Amino acid sequence: MISNNIPVLIPLTFLVTAILIVILGSWRRFFVHPLAILGTAFSFVVSLYGLTTVLSSGTIRYHIGGWIPPIGIEYVLDPLSACIATIVCGVALLVLIHSRVSVESELPEKVIPFYAIAMLLLLGLTGIVVTGDLFNLYVFLEISALSSYAIVSVGEKRAPVAAFRYLLLGTIGATFYLLGIGYIYLLCGSLNMADVSKLLAASQINPALVVGIVLMIAGIGLKMALFPMHGWLPDAYSYAPSSGSALLAPIGTKVAAYALIRMVVYVFPSEYVQKDLPILDILAWLSAAGILYGSVMAIAQSELKRMLAYSSIAQIGYIGLGIGLGNALGFIGAILHILNHALMKATLFLVAGNLRLKIGHSSLYQFESVIGRKLPWTSAAFTIAALSMIGVPPTAGFFSKWYLVLAGIEGSRWFFIAVILISSLLNAVYFFRVLEKMYLHVHPKEDNTEMKVAERDEVPASMLIPTLVFAGLILLFGLFNVAIIDWVIKPMILSNP
Amino acid sequence: MLEFMLGHYAYWFTTALLLLGLYGMLAKQNLVKKLIAMNILQSSVIMFYVTMGSKRNATVPVLDPSITASNPYLYINPLPHTLMLTAIVVSVATTGVAFAILILIYRRYKTLDETVLLERMK
Repeated sequence: MISNNIPVLIPLTFLVTAILIVILGSWRRFFVHPLAILGTAFSFVVSLYGLTTVLSSGTIRYHIGGWIPPIGIEYVLDPLSACIATIVCGVALLVLIHSRVSVESELPEKVIPFYAIAMLLLLGLTGIVVTGDLFNLYVFLEISALSSYAIVSVGEKRAPVAAFRYLLLGTIGATFYLLGIGYIYLLCGSLNMADVSKLLAASQINPALVVGIVLMIAGIGLKMALFPMHGWLPDAYSYAPSSGSALLAPIGTKVAAYALIRMVVYVFPSEYVQKDLPILDILAWLSAAGILYGSVMAIAQSELKRMLAYSSIAQIGYIGLGIGLGNALGFIGAILHILNHALMKATLFLVAGNLRLKIGHSSLYQFESVIGRKLPWTSAAFTIAALSMIGVPPTAGFFSKWYLVLAGIEGSRWFFIAVILISSLLNAVYFFRVLEKMYLHVHPKEDNTEMKVAERDEVPASMLIPTLVFAGLILLFGLFNVAIIDWVIKPMILSNP
Repeated sequence: MLEFMLGHYAYWFTTALLLLGLYGMLAKQNLVKKLIAMNILQSSVIMFYVTMGSKRNATVPVLDPSITASNPYLYINPLPHTLMLTAIVVSVATTGVAFAILILIYRRYKTLDETVLLERMK
């Protein structure tokens, strides 16, 4: 009985928590943070339970208001959406635990709105994941987007400008998506994903359908910051408050990538996106360009968060490339990379938040070896995440790249394999530069002979533990990646019609 | 060709609005004008849906005793309009957030002109 309600329970918890935070928080400020943690933890447990239920007894469908689809809206929890929902809630839980000290030091007057909006953001993101209706996806897309604009705009001095640019571009993306659904609805007369997929498979391709599909893909691509539609991302992520970017960067664009996978793999028939329209090829080429562009731009940055933002564009490229290669191995690589990149980016952005709290900045030019001695655990977490980003086994990052390379070999796409290898080298360049500064670089003003012993000054436990848990998970998921693929990702391929 | 143009004039109109909105968002210097252009862009899509939902010689989808169940095509499909009610709400919310951000920008930089703003951000 309870398991039927899981799909709707995940987003609804966040909505209720957001309202409770505002009501109870304005009565007693003390309640805000525990409530946010409680709500997210509840959703995480529910989605984890949902994942195990889905894997053992199949897809769960919930009909809103009892209306049977395609007339009513249905929420669907299949292996793919359950997996992404678990990732979103899990990453958000650890980031929110970490955020208390950071939010109170960076945004002392905006604690209540920050957590309320963070809950709305998670409502939007989990909603995108569980909905089985094309228009409902648009609404959740906009809920999550509006909350991210608000979270970005409370950051540093330049943040509102970045947020406004993000708002304009994000709205263009959402509007394109909405226009695309209009065409699909004109042709199919249905908005239910499963229904549309059946109707499209039975119909011939025609110009109106092409326009609709292209508009939808372009709209989602803009939300996911697919190269060359990434213009909003670097500013938004680098000027947002530390906790805000730690929340947005690992899961925000990944959920848009999920929407793209849902459309390309599940809704649109494979003949359309592979033979009639070269969508998968275009996706693969754009992703390859994005991988190289993001990596090269990351090398040129002088600020840690900005460097991570550019590397996000490159990492989104890996996910796009996995989808674009269009075979089962590429799909495994893409899903595995959504998980791995969520963990890696969360670790790196949490480290950036720790550094901002303890040394007051995250400018790479001013890094020195004191950091390595002052914050040994934070630096260790950064090192693990950096090695994973480069793709050193046995960290998780190696295995998603491994599957992408295997997919490239299977499809004989040698150029894309070269791109993955070159970008790993570029990743090594920009992460080893940071590691060198963190552990070895001595500030020129200091005299080498009387190197003062830096006091160990680690961040508080509430910030350190989530960072270390993420770093541990990177190693754990790296070592047990075969189990994840067998238990979680393989059923997604089987459930794919 | 002319018949094709005239027969679909409503769609041409929405396309023109869409392009006008996109042009304004790209080319205008003032941030408020960019926002107005964004609203035009959203309205064009709303009009596209309303156009596709409308039908000649058909009535609102409220049960009319004079129309029997055998000719349901005398009713307009209400779904596109309902969808657009939601889309209008989304558009209003977006505009609200955008205005809040614009106020924030103006308080910090005392300008809403993009070129001046970019200079003052340096």
